[in-house]
Amino acid sequence: VITVNLAMAVVLAVLYSVGFYLLMQRSLMRILIGIVVLGHGANLLLQLAGGPPARAPVLGTAPPEEFADPLPQALALTAIVITFALTTYLLALGYRSWVLTGHDEVQDDLEDRRIAAGERPEGSMEEDTAGSDDGEDPGSAAASTEPAEALPTIGSEGVAR
Amino acid sequence: VSTLVTLPVLLPILGAALTVIFTRSATTQRLIGIVVLAGVSAVAAILLVEADRTGPVVVELGGWPAPVGIVLVADRLSALLLLISTAVTLAVLVYAIDQRIADYGRETAGTTFHPIFLLLSTGVSLAYLTGDLFSLFVAFEIMLAASYVLITRRTNASRIRSGMTYVIISLTSSLLFLTTIALVYASTGTVNLADLAEKVAALPPGPRTLLSMLTIVTFGIKAAMVPLHFWLPDSYPNAPAPVTALFAGLLTKVGIYALLRTQTLLFPGDGPSAVLLVLAVLTMIVGALGALAQNDLNRLLSFLLVSHIGFMLFGLAVDDARGAAGTALYIVHHITVQATLFLVSGLITRRTGTVAIDQMGGLARRAPVLAVLFAIPAMTLAGIPPTSGFVAKLALLQAGGSGTVGTAVVAAFVVAASLLTLWAVVRVWTRVFWGADKEPLPDDDPTDELVVGTAKTSAPMYVASAALVAVSLAIAAAAGPLSAVTERAGADLIARTPYLEAVLG
Repeated sequence: VITVNLAMAVVLAVLYSVGFYLLMQRSLMRILIGIVVLGHGANLLLQLAGGPPARAPVLGTAPPEEFADPLPQALALTAIVITFALTTYLLALGYRSWVLTGHDEVQDDLEDRRIAAGERPEGSMEEDTAGSDDGEDPGSAAASTEPAEALPTIGSEGVAR
Repeated sequence: VSTLVTLPVLLPILGAALTVIFTRSATTQRLIGIVVLAGVSAVAAILLVEADRTGPVVVELGGWPAPVGIVLVADRLSALLLLISTAVTLAVLVYAIDQRIADYGRETAGTTFHPIFLLLSTGVSLAYLTGDLFSLFVAFEIMLAASYVLITRRTNASRIRSGMTYVIISLTSSLLFLTTIALVYASTGTVNLADLAEKVAALPPGPRTLLSMLTIVTFGIKAAMVPLHFWLPDSYPNAPAPVTALFAGLLTKVGIYALLRTQTLLFPGDGPSAVLLVLAVLTMIVGALGALAQNDLNRLLSFLLVSHIGFMLFGLAVDDARGAAGTALYIVHHITVQATLFLVSGLITRRTGTVAIDQMGGLARRAPVLAVLFAIPAMTLAGIPPTSGFVAKLALLQAGGSGTVGTAVVAAFVVAASLLTLWAVVRVWTRVFWGADKEPLPDDDPTDELVVGTAKTSAPMYVASAALVAVSLAIAAAAGPLSAVTERAGADLIARTPYLEAVLG
């Protein structure tokens, strides 16, 4: 029978809640840290799945119950590598976003906003991004009922830089 | 024969390595891609025949027997889906190669496109074949990591924006999957699917329901099930047409496959699942209504994709042999038709220079071939007889009709969602192909691979699209034998014994 270690359970709860809280932020950097924290939580959970901590690694000969279960360790190792690689990719994406748009904010779906505002785009998607308000917080556009002018836009800022 | 099961995974990953070596020769890269995918299709066909004749083909990796080692299993369902997926991937590759030639010239060799494309195919193959929950996670990661690169290649601001959403959502669902695996291992001490089938059944109902719901949420995000679908219509339309076609055809279906496999094998219910029935209705209706609100052709198709995920969920929710068979047949039909529609949409936008439906018009006169290429898959998607869509929907309706009152009610929603789909595609037809001619919009930047702006098309792009149309017509023509196979596959899934005996011996 696997008994749950209270300290570990608390650590897990903190890692998961902090991770998910950070995921809900606008800035990609915070989301990135959220994913890292959440990844730590998942990997720790995977470790704990093998039994309570503080048992010896598989080495030498002894009865099986004295060893830590090696399978979750192998799984966690694989998962750590994958999370690490994808974190790096997300970091590169954030940098590219900063180069192109000058910030790393995760923005709203433009077309959704347009449809919600009952507006038809003039020409292609690229053309009606001019004349936007640079300082507009993308989140406030979601809440406000103002149409086109308040929309968070893409492209125009990137060109300016 | 059993060693053949490793080839659909090994060939593409070796091909990917080779295309990295030959980064200087565009022709070699193209050849490797086409040969590899044709080879995998052939292997998949052999596996399907073998699995249908003698039961699931199993290979134990490293010679370790089942509960300890990792197994690859090709049963009827996985072999069938592998075959259709690889065939569609091949057609998309031909289309993509010719689009690249049209855009950048014949001699342009790329360092990323071909290797990543083949890696994506590796991930998809592994996801279908693996008999191990953790390998399924790895397969998803290979597939998704490749898709992150494909969706953000040749970045511009809008692609970065949509790519971010896509990567973050996918990573979140992957971490949820990892959590699920950890909880599964903690409660059962195994990650082998066949072994789990027996051990999960011995769990108390509480943990079993928790694990079942966690898998539904995890794979539901990947399959774009409402209310977990928001990322899809936002991210897919911004990618180049072949990439969108590949994603729409394969990625969500792999999610549905994983859902089908885990729900039938690990969490067999005793009757229709109320949760899945409600989710199926929501997905069908919300997706179809969303499609009707769109003005962007690719977004409209993306919402239709979401809507049709609901059809597949419905077959799964019925939870009997007929339902599983209907879902299997629907996946086969939908992989083909959805990929075709996105490829044709790529051709349309390269001709009109816009994705906005109200900016197009009169294409039926100017481009009759294109009109035919759009009309057939559109009617197939809506399920007009005698297309493959009709055959697949009929299978689902029969499953619903022979179930309980609940499934019969949901079957009515299937009909309603089909009609809404028909409305959406007819709306596209009347605005894009009929009506007054509109001038094509000029391309603002011919090298950005964006859907916006007219660009050259070449005959092979039409041939690749036409080939996929032919495949979906062939599915309709071969509906008898094909539905016989999917019915046997559905019976296998519900009975579970063929899979368990093949893996555990």
